[in-house]
Amino acid sequence: MEFLFFIATLGLILGLKFMGDAAKAKQGNIIAAISVAVALVGVIIKNYDPTRAGTINIILVVGLLSVATVVGRVLAQRVAMTKMPQLVSVLNGMGGLAAVVIALIEGIAHPIGDDMRATGGLLLLSSVFGGVAFTGSMVAHSKLEGKKLPKATQVHKVMAYALLGAMVLLFAAYMLAPAPFMPFTSLLILVTVLALAYGGLFTLPIGGADMPVLICFLVALHGLVAILAGLFFQDTVMLIGGVLVGAIGLLLTVKMSEAMNRSLGSVLAGKFVSAKGGRSEAEQEIRSISVVETASLLAFSNKVAVIPGYGMAVAQAQRECFALQEKLRENNVELHYIIHPVAGRMPGHMNVLLAEANIPYASVLEMSEVNNTMEHYDTVLVIGANDVVNPAAENDPESSIYGMPIIRAYKAKQVVVMKRSMGKGYSGAVNTLFDRQNCRILFGDAKSSLEEIINELKHI
Amino acid sequence: MDFTYHITPIDGLFVLALSLFLGFEVIKHIPAVLHTPLMSGANAISGIILFGGLIQLVTTPPDRIWVLVFSSIAVFLGAVNIAGGFFVTHRMLAMFQVNKKDRKKS
Repeated sequence: MEFLFFIATLGLILGLKFMGDAAKAKQGNIIAAISVAVALVGVIIKNYDPTRAGTINIILVVGLLSVATVVGRVLAQRVAMTKMPQLVSVLNGMGGLAAVVIALIEGIAHPIGDDMRATGGLLLLSSVFGGVAFTGSMVAHSKLEGKKLPKATQVHKVMAYALLGAMVLLFAAYMLAPAPFMPFTSLLILVTVLALAYGGLFTLPIGGADMPVLICFLVALHGLVAILAGLFFQDTVMLIGGVLVGAIGLLLTVKMSEAMNRSLGSVLAGKFVSAKGGRSEAEQEIRSISVVETASLLAFSNKVAVIPGYGMAVAQAQRECFALQEKLRENNVELHYIIHPVAGRMPGHMNVLLAEANIPYASVLEMSEVNNTMEHYDTVLVIGANDVVNPAAENDPESSIYGMPIIRAYKAKQVVVMKRSMGKGYSGAVNTLFDRQNCRILFGDAKSSLEEIINELKHI
Repeated sequence: MDFTYHITPIDGLFVLALSLFLGFEVIKHIPAVLHTPLMSGANAISGIILFGGLIQLVTTPPDRIWVLVFSSIAVFLGAVNIAGGFFVTHRMLAMFQVNKKDRKKS
């Protein structure tokens, strides 16, 4: 039996290792899924206690697992790829809630004596982190769905810090007090309620471009819960699985923060440096460009790059991008996509959206691959991206996004920015790209503009 | 084979420390394309906290109805987390796969 768990653990590690490699990722996922299933069966067989539980328990377990698998499968198949971040946060929230329920049952149904404080502490922590992961994920989900939430004020922040302080104090008191100051069950329930409230409050001020960091962080938190549960139930598979998830979550959280040149702390505190100084939009001299001009610009280019942002996903213009690419290929124009690490609403989201539109994997490039050779591009089309191409990040220490790595679109020979209006990016910083001589703006909805461009190209 | 062992807290810490390093090594260099599938895959794996609920379910006498009800909820939520996560990851990776075949053809 223990051997089964050993195999499952190895499988998990191997599966995740494979998932880091584009060619083997699919097998990796299957290996990881099978490992979890094997460990699951192992856990049931190992712990089944015929003296206390009956066949009815086993029937219940099998029934629940089958129904849940079907539900999970339907969810996974119905979700639109643009809504991927929502699905991940919902699933993450469910896992968090499961952790809270499990911890509460343990604490309430099996008395925890005062001589078992290490065990009690594990339960408290796992309930707290599970609770924060649950409400945090749910608020993140509502934000991604664009639901109206109360605007975060200073009051919310102060309340969040107070809740955090109260939880830390209660935990420290439980671990250190010579005699229990309140029954463990009440303490567990109290701390859980505080954690649920804290999760919501702490997520509230985080939004927009910080969403990728938040989602990674919540996944990492969930990993931590699995680690704690693994220690509590003395289950190595849970422990190692939790560690792997925690490591992935943490690594991506750090990567995403770096891509925005912001410390993790400032993202999680929901801070954003407000633009000080800088010039107003009114002072900018904007040159616009028509669809016809854009089409001829593209037709007479050799190398074209598209820089997609979340705006492209909102306009659902991925398929039109692919159509444009096919059209240009007929004219021997090469088209690349250049993706900023934080484009989209979760890490790698833009890659998934492009893949869904059948855009070949080989024409999708990462920012770091091309940033030193941007001048080789004759035309760059910026679709629904703003801050990630703003040169102010490189040369204007006054700008709120100064220091953030950007795609150097301004170095290309011609830049066409597709925009619906003159709105600013998430950061609110003035985009000095629009001042450049080589930059022109094509106003209109990205999807219909692309359709018109493709039509024009047919006549050229 | 009849051997059982239990991890003591200190063993747990050893496993924890080693697997932390391992975790970082395993996933240190991931291309951006795989970030989303890796996230959803990791999310699926974190659903294994449902094991806790399973242990509760198979050791509880059927007359303790409330414990059964709540652990059932936990097991269900955790299982949806796992199944949904793995299936959606599979769906995404399948999209990448199709693309690669296209590339070979062209």
